[in-house]
Amino acid sequence: MSVCIEFENVSYAYPLTKKAAVKQVSFQLETGKCYGIIGPNASGKTTICNLMRGLCPNFYNGTLKGKVIVCGKPMTEWDEAEISVRIGYVFQDPFAQVSGIKETVFEEIGMGLENLGVEQEEMMRRIVEIAKEVQVDHLLQKHPLALSGGQCQRVAFASVLALNSDIIVIDEPTSQLDPEGTEDVFEIISRLKAKGKTVIIAEHKVDLLAEYCDEMLVMADGRLLAKGETRAVLADPALEENGVQIPQVVQLANALAKAGKPLGAIPVNEKETMELLEQWRGGRDDGAGSK
Amino acid sequence: MALEVNNICFSYPGSPVTAVERVSMKIEKGERVAIIGQNGAGKSTTAKILNNIYQPTGGTVLVDGVDTKGKTTAQIASHVGYVFQNPNDQIFNDDVVKEIEYVLRYWKLPEEEIVRRRDEVLDITGIRPFMSTHPFDIPLPIRKFLTIAVVLATDPDYVILDEPTAGQDNWGRKQLQTVMEYLQNKGKAIITISHDMEFVAENFERVIVMAHKNVIADGDRRDIFYRQEILSDAKVKPPVSTHIAQELHLERRVLNLEELVAALLQGDA
Ligand SMILES: Nc1ncnc2c1ncn2[C@@H]1O[C@H](COP(=O)(O)OP(=O)(O)OP(=O)(O)O)[C@@H](O)[C@H]1O
Ligand SMILES: Nc1ncnc2c1ncn2[C@@H]1O[C@H](COP(=O)(O)OP(=O)(O)OP(=O)(O)O)[C@@H](O)[C@H]1O
Ligand SMILES: [Mg+2]
Ligand SMILES: [Mg+2]
Repeated sequence: MSVCIEFENVSYAYPLTKKAAVKQVSFQLETGKCYGIIGPNASGKTTICNLMRGLCPNFYNGTLKGKVIVCGKPMTEWDEAEISVRIGYVFQDPFAQVSGIKETVFEEIGMGLENLGVEQEEMMRRIVEIAKEVQVDHLLQKHPLALSGGQCQRVAFASVLALNSDIIVIDEPTSQLDPEGTEDVFEIISRLKAKGKTVIIAEHKVDLLAEYCDEMLVMADGRLLAKGETRAVLADPALEENGVQIPQVVQLANALAKAGKPLGAIPVNEKETMELLEQWRGGRDDGAGSK
Repeated sequence: MALEVNNICFSYPGSPVTAVERVSMKIEKGERVAIIGQNGAGKSTTAKILNNIYQPTGGTVLVDGVDTKGKTTAQIASHVGYVFQNPNDQIFNDDVVKEIEYVLRYWKLPEEEIVRRRDEVLDITGIRPFMSTHPFDIPLPIRKFLTIAVVLATDPDYVILDEPTAGQDNWGRKQLQTVMEYLQNKGKAIITISHDMEFVAENFERVIVMAHKNVIADGDRRDIFYRQEILSDAKVKPPVSTHIAQELHLERRVLNLEELVAALLQGDA
């Protein structure tokens, strides 16, 4: 295993705030895995993302204690231009990600590539390919500010995907997307993982995270409440006690257990749930005869 | 008393294509309606036409029977309130209180009334702790509640919320329910645009589905979430519990976890 991002006892407070946004957080993320960050509003998810990308404290200022290490190198030693390519970052607010200086969606998606000096032909090819992937290919000639909410979020995601970074930090990429578009984003993420990328995604849609992420980081009030393999983390009762949303299928398993008819295991996705439910119903139907 | 659009069409200036085509819907005062559907379907555009931010290029908009044609946005704002999808498009003051009081002062309401309304909406939306924060320093999900507070203060009969569920946690969704109950108790109509199907199924009996610039279905949630062809046309998935029930071919039509658990325990085949 190779460590990709490491937090060593990291605490951080934004300027002019009394309360730290992130408190004594330590963890290691491995290369090539997909990590989900969950937790209530204001629990520190975005701040963790900002810290990984170096925006806290380099852009926001504020006070940082502890150490953030990316690819073996402390954040303090990274060059801003270099890390902005190594880590692709999709901001939480899609409307803020769009630059506002480009005339077309095409140019907007290509902006990062242009800055990198990628050749014209290669650039065109990549823009078109990615636009298809996030289904904005019919919008390439539109003005980036003349889009619907979900279209804007797709463009924001596309402009980061275009960079082809090794590490991709995505902060709530589906908040404005229709349900199919939301699943498409997760499909794209699993393809990124298949290509060996490390993906970190902060989301409230815990059902989808449970399905796609290898590991979960749970934030509550600035602290890392839990980190580990998705299944183990989601079954932890401490989550609900701390106001962290848990997947519907886990809630279903909990409700059946409470009613004295446990499913036998805790499913983390719909497929597992269906299998367990089929067995569960089969088991119950045995005595009753036919279905 | 109703908010009604008939066959409205609209194209954005300079755009060669229409954004909505012959959209019709009627929402009675006091009703609760959700609008769902595909990105780019025309939901926000329709909402902005209802609120008279845009004038339709064809068709009519009637607010309590009165055609909005030729009326100003300000004249309509006291009847139809619109909370923008992007809060940053709505906020223009550098102070929470100023933002909430802006229109009330423009209307020259008595000072006690302004204070009463401001205090009431600060509490209903739960944003009082952020009263002295600069609006753009307020976290995004809470900034949405500021824009809701601004619209509530104008006390319109029809309130349109555009994607209020985006990025909200359990607290935020509960707070939204509080806001909706408050509005309902005052006899207001609530029209909520949302991609959160759990929230829609839980809180709205009537669901309007939009796709391809148009309304493709309008009816009871229990029918809508069981019409697969409509859902896939609009790129929508039913709530997780509904989907599980469908896969298991349960007889009962379920909309949420409690109903699913009840159906399973009672052995619905
Ligand atoms: N730019 C900022 N300046 C000052 N305080 C901030 C700033 N950004 C975030 N905070 C504060 O830091 C804390 C953690 O916020 P953060 O945005 O990381 O939470 P989050 O889990 O991403 O929440 P959400 O679900 O709302 O996106 C909150 O108390 C928040 O108010
Ligand atoms: N300001 C604008 N200028 C030009 N075209 C626009 C503008 N805003 C939206 N459109 C276009 O109008 C169509 C309808 O957009 P609208 O914002 O109404 O969709 P929506 O249903 O609200 O979608 P979403 O769920 O993504 O918010 C889209 O094709 C969009 O690209
Ligand atoms: Mg955040
Ligand atoms: Mg919209």
